Amino acid sequence: MQAFAALIDGLIYTRSRDLKIRLITEYLRDMPDPDRGWALAALAGTLSIATVKSAAIRIMAEERFDPMLFRMSRDYVGDTAETVALMWPDVKTDAVAPTVSEVIDLLNSASRARAPIVLAELMDRLDANGRYALLKLATGGMRVGISARLAKTAFGMAFGLSVDDVEEVWHVLRPPYAELFAWGEGKSERPDPADSAFFRPFMLAHPLEDCTVQLSVFAAEWKWDGIRIQIASTGGETRLFSRGGDEVTAAFPEIAAAFDGIGVVDGELLVRGDVQGGEAASFNALQQRLGRKNVTAAMQAEYPVFVRLYDILFDGTQDVRSQPWSARRERLELFAAKLDTVRFDLSTIIEARDFDHLAEMRSGAREAAIEGVMLKRRDSPYLAGRKVGLWYKWKREPLIADCVMMYAQRGSGKRSSYYSDYTFGCWTPDGALLPVGKAYSGFSDAELKWLDRFVRDNTVARFGPVREVEKSLVLEVAFDAVHESKRHKSGIAMRFPRISRLRSDKPADEADTIAALRAMIG
Amino acid sequence: MWIDPSRPAERALVTHGHADHARSGHGAVWATPETLAIMALRYGTETGTPTPYGDGFEANGVKISFHPAGHVLGSAQILLEYAGERVVVTGDYKRRFDPTCAPFEAVACDILITEATFGLPVFTHPPIEVEIAKLLAARGANIDGCILIGAYALGKAQRVIAELRRAGYDAPVYIHGAMQKMCDLYAAHDVPLGDLILATGLAKAEMKGAIVIAPPSAMNDRWAQRLPDPITAMASGWMRVRQRARQRNVELPLVISDHADWNELTETLLELRPTETWITHGRTDALGRWCELHQLKARALDLVGREDEDES
Repeated sequence: MQAFAALIDGLIYTRSRDLKIRLITEYLRDMPDPDRGWALAALAGTLSIATVKSAAIRIMAEERFDPMLFRMSRDYVGDTAETVALMWPDVKTDAVAPTVSEVIDLLNSASRARAPIVLAELMDRLDANGRYALLKLATGGMRVGISARLAKTAFGMAFGLSVDDVEEVWHVLRPPYAELFAWGEGKSERPDPADSAFFRPFMLAHPLEDCTVQLSVFAAEWKWDGIRIQIASTGGETRLFSRGGDEVTAAFPEIAAAFDGIGVVDGELLVRGDVQGGEAASFNALQQRLGRKNVTAAMQAEYPVFVRLYDILFDGTQDVRSQPWSARRERLELFAAKLDTVRFDLSTIIEARDFDHLAEMRSGAREAAIEGVMLKRRDSPYLAGRKVGLWYKWKREPLIADCVMMYAQRGSGKRSSYYSDYTFGCWTPDGALLPVGKAYSGFSDAELKWLDRFVRDNTVARFGPVREVEKSLVLEVAFDAVHESKRHKSGIAMRFPRISRLRSDKPADEADTIAALRAMIG
Repeated sequence: MWIDPSRPAERALVTHGHADHARSGHGAVWATPETLAIMALRYGTETGTPTPYGDGFEANGVKISFHPAGHVLGSAQILLEYAGERVVVTGDYKRRFDPTCAPFEAVACDILITEATFGLPVFTHPPIEVEIAKLLAARGANIDGCILIGAYALGKAQRVIAELRRAGYDAPVYIHGAMQKMCDLYAAHDVPLGDLILATGLAKAEMKGAIVIAPPSAMNDRWAQRLPDPITAMASGWMRVRQRARQRNVELPLVISDHADWNELTETLLELRPTETWITHGRTDALGRWCELHQLKARALDLVGREDEDES
């Protein structure tokens, strides 16, 4: 358990993805079965101990501690499990710390009523970090900033497998993944993926930069501003995966339930908006459905989701990824025709006379959910990742506004000694500045140094890690769209804002107004 | 006569040299010789009446004496005796071994005025050996970069260095310029700190594998931009709470404190069993609640101008 606790703490304090992977990789290589398998399950979010709910932790705490002292501590720490782990007395016996698998076995075999007692006995055998890891393990939700895909990537790295190899067999295996480790160490054959729905990596596009393409060679379709999603169904089971390969089925159960077909398809998840006459709404609406593990019926009714299909990877059980895009598109049309039209439709192909005509259509497109145009080589196979010359994304020209820097915050990791995150605002009619967005990219290293110096030399107030600056620096901000939002006091927010130019030449009072920004709402 | 007055006072008794206790500009000052030396270093020309531990003097019929508090070099508790009644002001204190200062001495009293900086049951500081081992392990794993430790310039920095030496680490320790004079002062008071190098104007390559100590305020400063791939560590009792460490972008939290933790605070109260306890700063509510549960008479005593040095 100590090694697992050290891993958890390491992941909490490490910000770099590569270092996180290294920590997990080392743990998975060094630890014995089945401990490492349970740990992998905990990181990938597939571990569930039915007998322990977070209420059990609270009950355990209330039995041991004065309720007032517990409440004061809980208020300070902000996390129940951590509070209990820290308050729990170190029992000074020579108790041997339990292993991860001992913890799992004991908790799984206890009744729900007895589980808090078993948990308390385990607490007595651990130090504070061990107790924290124990409580997080027992209740699920490690909160260490690891996605399932990252856990699988780390497993792959530990044993010289690609993450896609791991993905393929993942869903037929169960914690503690003994067969997976045996395969990884070359002690047994690859597990049989059998009849399981699993993730295949997405094909991605390069930005189209200063060049044109022949529309006889490339097909064009709209680039929709939702979230990219993959639906995999074997008939027996249907799973939804995000672009990063994390399973999101539980967040959009109505999509999985409505998907009546066998195969793997690629599309864009969108919300239907009333304002748009039942058409796709802006990303802002979809945001209400994101970041939730489970979803209520009310949320489903208020933000109805559907998937606009782009491509097909498996038609039935046949892998069609090596076929040209045009052949896949024909298959997709036939496949989509059989699906429920409330939940699924087809991304239409843009019919343009030539590239100039397409450019004209692109700049004329004003629909909220259109982000630009996709160009796909008609003979392109479906390949994992970004491949040169096959798919291009051609985003709409960004919108531009001149804003005034208001606050700055330090970055993290390599940027932790630089003020690199900037909040900026625009003017109200009565001459006040209200924040409209926040950006932390778009500038060069030299510009970052300059900005950092500006912030340090022009600080007027400090709030914890945030500095308020003299309202004198104009930042030219590029963004993809602007929409209504409660996030900022101004009532509007930008999508993908980035700093496009430093306008130290421009007086702050000549920056844009909120009204000018509002006029850009699509 | 005032104890640790936050504004200039005619006559001041000063428990220790941290800026929130020892202010400048008082008329007459009584403090331990070490504290006076620290005040002279920080404020220039300050002088006062050196009052070594144990000795006392009388003022207006009150006997006043200083006793070790174990917080930093020269830190003292102040005992006031009048008409058979004894009042102890702990100032800041801790009860653990510290190679850089005299150990805390339990002084029997009727009224105890105690600090409560870490007066919540979640604050139990682990043994310092554990934290130093963690630090050395992190250094070993990052030999191509360096470890940058945030530590208060007075007390914490010297204690971390002295504990590193005690653990057998004899390589030079790199220090921020703001610490040099205080380290020299400690060395002059028989606290050997070994080889210290000023981490200013050095090439990145020179500091590979180094342990660098700086005041917390300098860590995110431009000064830190010249260090080779630093792992950011912080030596503080607040590092006990993960969220607090993350908020400050700390990658290597070292739970090292010069204040009494919850157990030290409560064990001291049980040991001394004062008739009455006044709780001055920190978490007065929680320690007050604990006193109530243990049938100890206690009340909160609000003070102005109290902030943990470098924590603001």
